[in-house]
Amino acid sequence: MAAEALDDYIDAVSKALALPVEEAWRPAVRANLEVSLRLARLVDEFALPDETEPAPVFTA
Amino acid sequence: MNAVDIAKAVAGGKMSALDATEAALARIKQHDGILNSFTEITADRARAKARVIDADIAAGKEVGPLAGVPFAVKNLFDVAGLPTRAGSKINRDLAPAKRDATLIERMEAAGAVLVGALNMGEYAYDFTGENVHDGPSRNPHDTTRMSGGSSGGSGSAVGGALVPIALGSDTNGSIRVPSSFCGIFGLKPTYGRLSRARSFPFVASFDHLGPFARSVTDLALAYDAMQGPDADDAACTTRGLEPTLPLLANPVSDLRIATAGGYFQNNLFPEAVEAVSRVAKALGATRVVDVPEAARARAAAYVISTTEGASLHLDRLRKRPNDFDPAVRDRLIAGAMVPAPLVDRAQKFRRWYRAQFAEIFKSVDVLIAPATPCTAPKLGQVNFKLDGVELPVRANIGIHTQPISFVGLPVVAVPVPLEPLPIGVQIIAAPWREDIALRVAHALEKMDVVAAPAPRGL
Repeated sequence: MAAEALDDYIDAVSKALALPVEEAWRPAVRANLEVSLRLARLVDEFALPDETEPAPVFTA
Repeated sequence: MNAVDIAKAVAGGKMSALDATEAALARIKQHDGILNSFTEITADRARAKARVIDADIAAGKEVGPLAGVPFAVKNLFDVAGLPTRAGSKINRDLAPAKRDATLIERMEAAGAVLVGALNMGEYAYDFTGENVHDGPSRNPHDTTRMSGGSSGGSGSAVGGALVPIALGSDTNGSIRVPSSFCGIFGLKPTYGRLSRARSFPFVASFDHLGPFARSVTDLALAYDAMQGPDADDAACTTRGLEPTLPLLANPVSDLRIATAGGYFQNNLFPEAVEAVSRVAKALGATRVVDVPEAARARAAAYVISTTEGASLHLDRLRKRPNDFDPAVRDRLIAGAMVPAPLVDRAQKFRRWYRAQFAEIFKSVDVLIAPATPCTAPKLGQVNFKLDGVELPVRANIGIHTQPISFVGLPVVAVPVPLEPLPIGVQIIAAPWREDIALRVAHALEKMDVVAAPAPRGL
């Protein structure tokens, strides 16, 4: 994602979560989000069967 | 003195628990100005507890296997009367804890004496042992270097021989990394083995508590004392006690031991390669087993950590963002912004990856892997050069521990006493087989391949 598009996303989520992001923090937040999304993409790319359960399983 | 020797001397009337406690308090006073491993010293409480033990012995009462053994805990454990700061500034405003963490209660029930709470990286989101509020805990072998995090004070206090046993937590490597940098033994048990009740959390999916020590016997002694179900931790196992101490000296010749290949053989400095090779050679481990998709496992662990951590701290991020360590705050804010489907997929991948290990453990009992890519970096060091490539230190310290705790496998980090600095190796066993990992660590100790070196920086 281009830096500008990611900044728009950060602004939108920041509003939706009522989570303030000061301008001075933005470069570090963006850099961290880039890392998180890059690593998440690595997981996302790995195809799993539809039936796969998440690791934590609730016990009633 | 090791814990087992102190307990023997105290129980046998050769040393009083109070003397053992005073000796620890004196060591802390002498060296902790430099090491900065303690954030609280509970001297009055410790002396009171020691006097009770001495009175019990004088009255002919039975005392526990840790009688008079001084220990300390990472400051995310509740200690009655203290706010549980978890390395933060914000938590100092919490009301003092009313009751000790379960593991402290169990250690003290076995006769151990709590002498204080230990420095740590803020909210355990750290691999360096640095702390912006309390200053860094320092490496006992070279005080210009990192202790490792996030249980930095635990590594520093045991590595510096201030106390024979400390407790810490490990979410992605926070017991194994300081063990490696400080040259001591650390046990990250199976996920769910030891109760986390009344400790400050980080990532519920991966949080483990465990002990550090200067010998495998001490490690097993502490671990055995802390086992057992606890309804106050939803993830704690209902399995009964499975003592490891009586099995420690059993031979390891019947165990199938292999080195973890692929991912675990990459991104290593020569010291880490040398340490793994010494351990493998001593154990006659010639087989190399590939762990499929370990890089993806590390990625999934990262995603789950950053998002669960963000969820935990969301309200504090809204209300007191300027009271966080800025680096921790900015990671957590980013974590709050990761889309939910990606987290769900990480938890689904985790189940798949767990099945891969179940397959591996059909033909292997123990896996050997590096604990850290390098020996302790300099405090404040930002980058290191690996194979000619400049890499960030913080992000890469835990790359070999994360894919293991991701699926909760028990690991003993064993210290290989290289010069000038020690480095750890992970001895990894199948779920619930701490006994096997400890047995192998004990065999390596007997062969003089691993040992906690005397602190070289004090």
